[in-house]
Amino acid sequence: MSVRFGALTALTQVSLEIARGEIVAIIGPNGAGKTTLINVISGFYRPYEGRILFEGRDRTRLKPPDVAELGVARTFQNVALFKGMSVLDNIMTGRLMKMRGSFLLAALWWGPARRQELENREFVERIIDFLEIQAIRKTVAGTLPYGLQKRVELARALAAEPALLLLDEPMAGMNVEEKEDMCRFILDVNSEFGTTIALIEHDMGVVMDISHRVAVLDYGRKIADGTPDEVRKNQAVLDAYLGVAHD
Amino acid sequence: MISLLYQVFVGPLKDMAGHPAFLGEVVIGGVLAGMLYSLVALGFVLIFKASGVFNFAQGVMVLFAALTLVGLIERGLGVLLALVLTAVVMIALAFGIERIVLRPLVNQEHIILFMATIGLNFFLEGFGEMVWGANVKKLDVGLPDKSFMAAGMQINQLELSAGVIAAVLVVILAIFFQKTRIGRALRAVADDHEAALSIGIPLKTIWVVVWSVAGLVAIVAGIMWGAKSGVQFSLSLIALKALPVLILGGFESVPGAIVGGLIIGVGEKVGEVYWGPLVGGAIENWFAYVLALAFLLIRPQGLFGEKIIERV
Amino acid sequence: MIYREAGQFKTSYAGDQAIFPIVQDRVVVALAVVAAFVLPTRFADEYWLQAILIPFLIYALAAIGLNLLTGYAGQLSLGTGGFMAVGAYSAFKLSTAFPWLNIVVVFLLSGVIAALVGVVFGLPSLRIKGFYLAVATLAAQFFLIWLFNKVAWFTNYASSGTITAPTRTMLGITVSGPTAAAPTRYVVALAFVAVFALVAKNLVRGRVGRSWMAIRDRDIAAEIIGVRPLKTKLLAFAISSFYCGIAGAEFVFLYLGSAETLAFDIGLSFLVLFMVIIGGLGSVLGSFLGAAFIVLVPIFLTNTPHAVGLLLPVALQKQIELMVFGGLIIFFLIVEPHGLARLWQIGKEKLRLWPFPH
Repeated sequence: MSVRFGALTALTQVSLEIARGEIVAIIGPNGAGKTTLINVISGFYRPYEGRILFEGRDRTRLKPPDVAELGVARTFQNVALFKGMSVLDNIMTGRLMKMRGSFLLAALWWGPARRQELENREFVERIIDFLEIQAIRKTVAGTLPYGLQKRVELARALAAEPALLLLDEPMAGMNVEEKEDMCRFILDVNSEFGTTIALIEHDMGVVMDISHRVAVLDYGRKIADGTPDEVRKNQAVLDAYLGVAHD
Repeated sequence: MISLLYQVFVGPLKDMAGHPAFLGEVVIGGVLAGMLYSLVALGFVLIFKASGVFNFAQGVMVLFAALTLVGLIERGLGVLLALVLTAVVMIALAFGIERIVLRPLVNQEHIILFMATIGLNFFLEGFGEMVWGANVKKLDVGLPDKSFMAAGMQINQLELSAGVIAAVLVVILAIFFQKTRIGRALRAVADDHEAALSIGIPLKTIWVVVWSVAGLVAIVAGIMWGAKSGVQFSLSLIALKALPVLILGGFESVPGAIVGGLIIGVGEKVGEVYWGPLVGGAIENWFAYVLALAFLLIRPQGLFGEKIIERV
Repeated sequence: MIYREAGQFKTSYAGDQAIFPIVQDRVVVALAVVAAFVLPTRFADEYWLQAILIPFLIYALAAIGLNLLTGYAGQLSLGTGGFMAVGAYSAFKLSTAFPWLNIVVVFLLSGVIAALVGVVFGLPSLRIKGFYLAVATLAAQFFLIWLFNKVAWFTNYASSGTITAPTRTMLGITVSGPTAAAPTRYVVALAFVAVFALVAKNLVRGRVGRSWMAIRDRDIAAEIIGVRPLKTKLLAFAISSFYCGIAGAEFVFLYLGSAETLAFDIGLSFLVLFMVIIGGLGSVLGSFLGAAFIVLVPIFLTNTPHAVGLLLPVALQKQIELMVFGGLIIFFLIVEPHGLARLWQIGKEKLRLWPFPH
């Protein structure tokens, strides 16, 4: 599909298929349109031509909350945590769609509302254990260092039990150890829960190591799509990254 | 039902068409009233544009300026000298505000600053009343206040001069913001205090400059309003009237303040005269707001405001 | 030392999610609530009840309402006065049209009516944000006041244009109207605010509060995660207006006795907003603290010159009051922009260590 902002065409005729259970990496130079692609999948932008199919059904016209309900969760390039809330509350918010029920019962903190609250707390605690962030669960999110914020964001996305997880530069600004931890988490999520993952990433080592397939964007077009090895040898990709003059 | 529809949609229009001179009068009255609103709105826009602060106390500043001017004239000073002194007072006020209110609150959220200006509003109200007394005063700066006839319509000289002065002010200010270095610096400050500081923009000076200019605009507005309806405390409520103007024009646009003022002024007058009787009159209180609200729903950033593109 | 939590382990999530997880807190609050019901009714004199305690409780309720909307959901509202007016006039009409209705029911129904009005005026919030939304709420404020002024039906065609609380009894005791005793009115107001403060606390620690705070902190990201903005915002408007409506009804029935629209004008909206900001945005406790502050300061200002032997002319006194009030607001915002609630928290932190310095 294609995406335009006013006079700026962000994506042109980009076509991407992601199979269930895959880890797909989306790479490309800055400004290639990677985040835009993710935003379109999230439903935040609407493509002006083309369609988006999820599990076989057309959902091009859906709004973001509906997309989220279908089972798509994501993290953001510039961490979008709720800065005024604690880590625990942030992650619990990720689970909002699973929490139904009238607000009246919530007001009384009674019966089904209370039970639901506690059940969700249990689930979220398991995620907290999984990502090893127990120590900071009551800290206000805005005060955390960047690396931990990214991890909390991942936790929030996981809390939704997504079928598809979109990660926008999850390793940005991390040192080697943190990156290793993140990689481990991502691989665990994929193998344990079977979650399909699409991630945007600049670190080539990470990309080559953990992804099943790699798609490369440049100037709003897809220029390569294949296994990491194939892409590594692709001339067009090398040109894009090494900067051959474009017309 | 039909009669209701007739009353709302057809009747007033027929009225307008049948008495074009009267309509012209109403419209011109609206235009000129709108100019007065714009004058006050300008002060808001200046401060908002330059510091991101919505200065609720602008209305009180208008009042304070008028009070000072009148007070000085009453004590025997000539009009010109009184004007100069008032300008000095307003500049001193700007210094004071920067030092006591703005500097400690650098980089707080906008709502905090807004609340601080409300506090300032109360303070200046009490202070002004204490220094100059609470009774209504007549402001006479030698501007003519008679009405004359033109093309079969009655036009008030005072309102006309206000309109002209406001228009001139707007042009000057628009040029100032767009073309000069200080203007650009001001826009940077409005965007992000800390960032502006970090690239060396002298925040303190800028703020004093801006609030002084706003103070001077307040003097002009004070003179116009004061000459029209006397200097009294309802003047401080002008702030509330200027808000719909700002909504329409966008909080950051100098030309927007004028256009917004015109639309609100004309809309209000026309609405009151032609539709007011249908609902018992006195719709001026809220008509402007509803008008602005309707506009907002179509264009959430106001006519001239910048479209907010949200990125994730 | 006294305030140590050591040794108190929460062994269940329920314990952790409790409103007062620390035992000392629970004890103190329980005692305070009991004391609040018992002490003033026995010992406080008419002046204290009428001029300080009753308005405090009513303002606190309104402040909680506004805090839910502005502090938790992030929707700035300047229409509080208007919504309180809706509650007041609804209560008046309901009570005069159905004199057999229990006063509590009347209050609750007025709240519901106010909630509905709140939803209507909250509709623009999907398109408009921030200051612009505040101005939309101002439209509500002005329009509602004008409506109550113009349409005589609301005042039952009273020539004076005021509404007066009719005498109503509950359980044999006169609750409202000119003969209602101050302690009775105090207890009713206290009961309402205690219950609804609890409800508010429950709402904000659960999913409703979280969805509000998500919209407040980052509405775009919230939407992408699955929070439905319109539903969330409208719920905030509805519940907030519900609270303000009841507070408005109480304003007339339990405090003023009779009122005209002037009592609900924009000054009231700003007053409640002050309470919320000075008390602390996003804090139920803050709403109480802010209300107390705003109620006490003018009293303090009026009485201090007397106490120190200074006799000032009334006009000058009023002017000084205004100046000090404005100055205090600025002072507070500079010193602690997060309000009294944050100061309270800091105090508690210090209390943990006291008497040790660190």
